Amino acid sequence: MIAEFGHYALVLALALALFEASVPMVGARKNDPVLMASAGPAALAQFCFVATAFAALTICYVRSDFSVLNVFENSHSAKPLVYKLSGLWGNHEGSMLLWVLILSLFGALVALFGGNLPARLKATVLAVQASIAVAFILFILITSNPFLRIPEPPFEGRDLNPILQDPGLAIHPPLLYLGYVGLSIAFSFAIAALIDGRIVAAWARWVRPWSLLDWLFLTLGIAMGSYWAYYTLGWGGWWFWDPVENASLMPWLAATALLHSALVMEKRDALKVWTILLAIVAFSLSLIGTFLVRSGVLTSVHAFATDPTRGVFILAILVLFIGGSLALFALRAPMLKQGGLFAPVSREGALVLNNLFLVSACATVFIGTLYPLALEALTGEKISVGAPFFNATFAPLFVPLLIAVPFGPLLAWKRGDVLGVAQRLVGAAAIGVITVAVVFAMEGGGPILVPFAVGLALYVIAGALMEIVERTGLLKVPVATAFARARGLPRSTWGAAFAHAGLGITLLGVIGETQWSLERIAELKPGQSISIRRYDLHFDGVSTRQGPNYRDLAAHFTVRRHGELIGVMEPAKRSFPSRGTAVTQTALMTRGVSQLYLSLGDPNPDGSLAVRLYYKALVLLIWLGAVVMVIGGALSLSDRRLRVGAPRPARSKAALSPAE
Amino acid sequence: MRSLCLIIVLLTVAAVPCAIAVEPDEVLSDAALEARARALSKELRCMVCQNQSIDDSEAPLARDLRILVRERLQAGDSDRQVIDFLVARYGEFVLLRPRFSWHTAVLWLGPAAMLLIGGCAVLVLVRRYRTNSAAAANGQQELTAAEAARLSDILRDGER
Repeated sequence: MIAEFGHYALVLALALALFEASVPMVGARKNDPVLMASAGPAALAQFCFVATAFAALTICYVRSDFSVLNVFENSHSAKPLVYKLSGLWGNHEGSMLLWVLILSLFGALVALFGGNLPARLKATVLAVQASIAVAFILFILITSNPFLRIPEPPFEGRDLNPILQDPGLAIHPPLLYLGYVGLSIAFSFAIAALIDGRIVAAWARWVRPWSLLDWLFLTLGIAMGSYWAYYTLGWGGWWFWDPVENASLMPWLAATALLHSALVMEKRDALKVWTILLAIVAFSLSLIGTFLVRSGVLTSVHAFATDPTRGVFILAILVLFIGGSLALFALRAPMLKQGGLFAPVSREGALVLNNLFLVSACATVFIGTLYPLALEALTGEKISVGAPFFNATFAPLFVPLLIAVPFGPLLAWKRGDVLGVAQRLVGAAAIGVITVAVVFAMEGGGPILVPFAVGLALYVIAGALMEIVERTGLLKVPVATAFARARGLPRSTWGAAFAHAGLGITLLGVIGETQWSLERIAELKPGQSISIRRYDLHFDGVSTRQGPNYRDLAAHFTVRRHGELIGVMEPAKRSFPSRGTAVTQTALMTRGVSQLYLSLGDPNPDGSLAVRLYYKALVLLIWLGAVVMVIGGALSLSDRRLRVGAPRPARSKAALSPAE
Repeated sequence: MRSLCLIIVLLTVAAVPCAIAVEPDEVLSDAALEARARALSKELRCMVCQNQSIDDSEAPLARDLRILVRERLQAGDSDRQVIDFLVARYGEFVLLRPRFSWHTAVLWLGPAAMLLIGGCAVLVLVRRYRTNSAAAANGQQELTAAEAARLSDILRDGER
């Protein structure tokens, strides 16, 4: 009964979305306030019904109602509650329902907090948002219904894929989807501006905080997914340039570009048309990502052709929304009033450079991900595009960007002074150069790129902090004065410093992990030892442990450093009888920002056990950097001037304050 | 007793697929040769997996390829010869970094082309700015006294 209830709620949500997509749009064209005002309540009601449907499916999962096909295929009565819940979005149908839930949540937020938007803009935005909802709710109901029943319910479910039964993956999809789907807001605003044929001031005020918010979620989601892959897959890789990862990286790159161009639009009233195009591209990439992951096209063009219902449906949605929005852009963009122009050497100019490189990097990932598919579809020829390709093409695009990063915030708006900024960055550059020399001396040869990359990372971090140091007068005035000044700095200044420093920290982690990690592969019998760097690991033996729905075969290692006991590591093989499969549970020991990483391989007939031991140098910096970036984004978001609905005088004051 | 326990445990997990890529018995004793083998492995695709190099993959095919690469290296092949041998046997699909040729030209040149096109567009905009600002400078006039007073009013409002 619950499942039917949810199904019915989803159908009602579809009806509401249809209403919301059409009536307010007509109202906006006819300038009818009543019709336009109907958008808000419709958006709220639509969210309530989608939430009801989602809650119904959740109840089915919690109760382990195996008469529902989706629950039967992805759950098990013995599974811990948290994985019963995460099992809901660990599969195609459930994750699409989550997608639509988040979509309607954002629509409802616009309806609730959009009081300061012009009625016409609000109505159009909500109508566009609802038209996306119509497409995806139809997709769920027609091709991927999670509420289907099984005529003769089985006693037990098939369980969730064991590698998904992990805390990291329980929260990864919701975070990522908040980011993916959040881009729909920027998209709806862009389309509304194109339909209206003008960009009102409220437009920029809304788009920047929203794109910042979903950038935050995207960053967190990607970092979480990367850490999950690192400790789950058993060989310590953290980024594979897998198409599924690329599908999330592309919107991230586009959203980062959008964030920066929206800044120019807000402060200088320039780059309006470009920002609109970026908003369309960013959400289009989210849709393409959804298509890539959900259609099965990645496995092979042929696998897609054998069961094309879902793929074709999503492809139709893609063509409709991406094609439609780009066509609308081509038609209407020339009519939009171009904003102010600016000097090439200025903060705006730096942000344009940032956009140029980010968009090129995004295009590289796009071409690399889709090229094999396109080539196979057109000529039948199969090629592979993997990590070596992306490393070779992506890095050269990012290096100039990283060199330019510290310049941006130090340049003045309107007309900057590159030489002056370069002088102010001498300290950061000196730190970078000294690092290059020190690392070069320490490495004693080896690839010259390594010291250079480490120097670049420290230069980015130092350069990011330079603005704070300068503006607080640290090192020049008493610490108390500097502290007081630091408190007075706008939060967005802190935000930029944190976000850019985070980028440098991540880079440092990437270099450390790829260049200074050590690896040991060995077959050990109980009583034997293995050593790496200054650590000795003694294999004490194995034992079994029984979990709620799995059994662990754990190996016990005691870890000593210079003969002193510092802890134990217990990697395990976890087998799930319900699916007859097993996963590797790696053991991690954190030492500063580096980690010892131990995973088990196959046992041999002679009683020995294959183990893989790594010393992962600086590896935690990769994700700490992402966390610092997120903190920066959150600080910037909390800046009073950017807060949605902040009173206008605060803004005009900011607009008049010179160069910050 | 401990070894008995181990044997029992090993028997129960024997059916479980392994989750380790390069296995201890594959490792060559010659460290330089092994390093070359590992570097090559990262460039080669495990053809039955989804986007995994044979260095990362646990599939039996990947293991066979890893051993094959090591055999060729031990026989004295250069890295280039090993790659050529594998491409002759399995086709271009085995390479994770496709070779540059007419059908991968778009792939390899795309990023550079993108940067170039974008750069040109920015240059055009800058030029347009220069002409516009020059035109504006020519047509610029001094503010009238009333305009100047109004401007200082606005500025004072903003500072308050």
